[in-house]
Amino acid sequence: MTRSASGSLPQYVLQRVLLVIPMIWVILTLVFVVLRVAPGDPVSAALGGRLNAEALEQRREALGLNEPLIHQYWDYLSSVFRLDFGTTFSDNQPVLHVIRDNGGATLSLTLASFVVALVVGIPLGMVAGRYRDSVGDVVIRLFGILSYAAPIFFIGFLLQVYVAQPLGLPTSGMASPITVFTVQPVTHILLIDVFLSGDATAIGDVLEHLLLPALTLGLLICGVFIRLVRVNILQTTQADYVEAAEARGISRGRVTRKHAFRNALVPVITVIGLQFALLLGGAVLTESTFNWPGLGQKLVEYINDRDYGAVQGIITIFAVAVVLISLLVDIVNALVDPRVRY
Amino acid sequence: MELVDEVSGNRQPEPVISARDVRVWYGTTRGAIRAVDGVSFDLMPGETLGLVGESGCGKSTLGRGLMGLLPTGAKRDGEVVFKGRDVFSMSAKEAYALRGHELGMIFQEPLTRLNPLMRISEHFEETIRQHEPRLPRAEVQQRAFEVLRVMGIPPTRYRSYPHEFSGGMRQRLMIALALVLRPAFVVADEPTTALDVLVEAQIVGILNDLRRTFDTSLLLITHNVGIVAEACDRVAVMYAGRIVEQGAVADVLGNPQHPYTRELLRSTISLSTTGLEFIPGSPPDLVDPPAGCRFHPRCPDAMQVCAVKDPVDVERPGGGRVECWLRGPEDLVPEGGTRPLKQEELTVADEA
Amino acid sequence: MRGVLKLLAKPFTDTVGLARWMLVIGVVITAAFIVCAVFAPWLAPYGFAQSAVDGTRFPKAGAPSGEHWFGTDRLFFDVLSRVIWGARTAIEVVILSILFCVVIGVPLGLVSGYFGGWPDRILVLVMDAIFAFPSFLLAIVFSFLLTGLFGGSVLAVALSLTAIYIPQYFRVVRNTTVSAKEATYVEAARAIGASDGVIMRRYLFGNVVQSVPVLATLNAADAILTLAGLGFLGLGIQSTDAAEWGHDLNRALADAGAGIWWTGLYPGLAIVLLVTGLTLVGEGLNETLNPTLRRRRLLPVVMPARESTTEEAR
Repeated sequence: MTRSASGSLPQYVLQRVLLVIPMIWVILTLVFVVLRVAPGDPVSAALGGRLNAEALEQRREALGLNEPLIHQYWDYLSSVFRLDFGTTFSDNQPVLHVIRDNGGATLSLTLASFVVALVVGIPLGMVAGRYRDSVGDVVIRLFGILSYAAPIFFIGFLLQVYVAQPLGLPTSGMASPITVFTVQPVTHILLIDVFLSGDATAIGDVLEHLLLPALTLGLLICGVFIRLVRVNILQTTQADYVEAAEARGISRGRVTRKHAFRNALVPVITVIGLQFALLLGGAVLTESTFNWPGLGQKLVEYINDRDYGAVQGIITIFAVAVVLISLLVDIVNALVDPRVRY
Repeated sequence: MELVDEVSGNRQPEPVISARDVRVWYGTTRGAIRAVDGVSFDLMPGETLGLVGESGCGKSTLGRGLMGLLPTGAKRDGEVVFKGRDVFSMSAKEAYALRGHELGMIFQEPLTRLNPLMRISEHFEETIRQHEPRLPRAEVQQRAFEVLRVMGIPPTRYRSYPHEFSGGMRQRLMIALALVLRPAFVVADEPTTALDVLVEAQIVGILNDLRRTFDTSLLLITHNVGIVAEACDRVAVMYAGRIVEQGAVADVLGNPQHPYTRELLRSTISLSTTGLEFIPGSPPDLVDPPAGCRFHPRCPDAMQVCAVKDPVDVERPGGGRVECWLRGPEDLVPEGGTRPLKQEELTVADEA
Repeated sequence: MRGVLKLLAKPFTDTVGLARWMLVIGVVITAAFIVCAVFAPWLAPYGFAQSAVDGTRFPKAGAPSGEHWFGTDRLFFDVLSRVIWGARTAIEVVILSILFCVVIGVPLGLVSGYFGGWPDRILVLVMDAIFAFPSFLLAIVFSFLLTGLFGGSVLAVALSLTAIYIPQYFRVVRNTTVSAKEATYVEAARAIGASDGVIMRRYLFGNVVQSVPVLATLNAADAILTLAGLGFLGLGIQSTDAAEWGHDLNRALADAGAGIWWTGLYPGLAIVLLVTGLTLVGEGLNETLNPTLRRRRLLPVVMPARESTTEEAR
């Protein structure tokens, strides 16, 4: 709201980026500490029963796990800075490849669910807010509460038992093996690659696989949107400028659309940034439920393997993603709301 | 139509708006608040009527009631004839259609009355287009510029957003938005209360010029007697939901007939003020107003009759109306009714 | 005593229609689960890890029957018993984590906000970073650490939930403290020579804890979901240590393909119901406490027919 610090948009973005670097650093440090404090290490987790103590020790030495913690910490931070996450210990893959391949899956899942949440949640929230205390309001609010209250894996379970089986929809993976095999990896995001290939059966196959996971994850956020939009509309319909517009004889439809709804949606943009964090958390569960080969599922796998490098790499990417989204939200906000100055 | 101003009496023009026995009651958890309880007045074309009184006496409610801007749970009745048609008995749709180009409203707090996401130009376009959808864009802008010029806002600011204006400018924008459609009747609800004194003078000046520039009838709601003296033709003094005295400004302010008007004028601060005067007690609870004259518990001149019988409204000397047993009619006062009322215990209870 | 009752009843008496019903239903549901949690040993027909009675094994994944109302799962456990015992686990975890949050978060926020300076700034930075990061991912990382240290116990899970919710308490308390410490009554206390400790305990504490109950209700619903999520990923409490709905659902997912619906449906419904109950309480409270949302009960306005006296006089 301050008007003093007006500048150009790029300058504003730079400022915001500088502000979030300490934030990423805190998260990285936290993860580093947690992984080192927790009992067990990648070597004994992966090879515990198979090698003798001496051989295990050699492996640790080779991985630098016996270095002083401060050295390890420094190596870790500098490698993150160079975007070099090394290779995973448990399956010996470059961490960047893991991030690329599985990150694409997570990205398509989260974006698709986000679309579901927006398309379902915002109109429902508007109706509930506009017609407060009507039957529709009650039903929509109940739906909103239930969709938030139902855990992702429970919705997944219900969909599998009552929807997928009768309709013969797939409930596991991103696509049939044949599609994965035939589609050329260009962007390494299957959803985009399949459209680039132009193969109609493959597209149908991928969309069919996407349907239930996106619906499940979308419902989670949808409840939040309904609640938020409804409350905002309750407040903006009582706003002074809405009454003033009515006093000028502006038609009710237009007052609702241009005055009440538009102002109610501005704070929604801000909250979208926070909801993205919820979405990423939910993605982990959705991926597990539908066996979706995303980063979240990989994260759980690597945590159980004590694979420090992989876990740190994935967490870094998640942190960066959250920060980028919040940055994007701020920029959109600045463009939409004239009161925000950058 | 005997309420017609004596000065213009022989011309007998039709009043723009004529309110008869208007009541507006609010629903609460305790019962109905009788915010406006039987109010009548007339307003001639181009005339400004000042509505004064303490806060909570129902001034704003009356203004909002006329516009139909009441919260849920409020009820209104009576008769408000605007250009020959009763606004209160119209369908909601018809009444809504009157707003803007026939009935306008200026609010108390200009800072929150403009949509923060819309440019000033959009506010004007929206308002004008609503009532004249086919007007070409250039014409719309032309009209907006005209009003803005009268309000002293440069056309270069036309594309700005509300937050880029000061409070006084925003109030001028609100006035401009209300007047751009040239409504016949405008309610201005304490338009200067939220502004500082210099800006206040400026706005009062603008309102004062309205008659000449726009030929608009104005109901100017204020608690500031000074503004009434400066900007109004006639004044109505409101107390506890009723208009207790109304008439030409010079008459009412110069020769108040109702004790409340007199006390209100006495408590006004001016250059000649030497000590602060105030009316003891506070306005009554409008859920259960006092019987008889509503002012009697605080009235220094209260008589026996005031506590039991509703006062009758009579013509005041010099024109206008007053509602006080002191001014008669004597034949309705019962035997011994003119003895002074002992009201010590009442005032104490009221102030406790 | 009556004053306390009145205060507790206020949200109910102050609300109208829908908001009131939501609050009442929410309280009833939540109370039912708390009863289940407290009296689980008496309410549940069997133990949560009991697979036989009097030496006879329960059927494996048996459909609901008179013996086992909700059926049995692949580990021969009685589903109904596990659902009831699960309430105890859930309530235990939620109460413990909220307790930890309050005990750690409130004093931390109070002291940090009161003294300010660089420790405050660092704490704010750390808390904001944790707050911004997806909480469920953090819960995964923390529960990995804590189950490593304490085993898959209620305590470990409660502590990892504490870690992700503390920033909210810290932020709320710190921000109220920062604004409250400038208040005149604090200045006055300082002027009469009250020490920092006294000011914080006697003057600021009462002021800053007011927002905590609402926050706690909101977090409770979220905590149930996080707990179940961790259980579902196998990172939380193990089946034999305690009954946990999320973990049971994980095992049930494997059955879904075989048409075994009862092992997943009931624990899932339990989660949905409890979270709904807590959310209804939160929303109901919010609607009553938040003046912009509140809708008061209004008596209908009845205007008596007008008295004719004024009309006649005119």
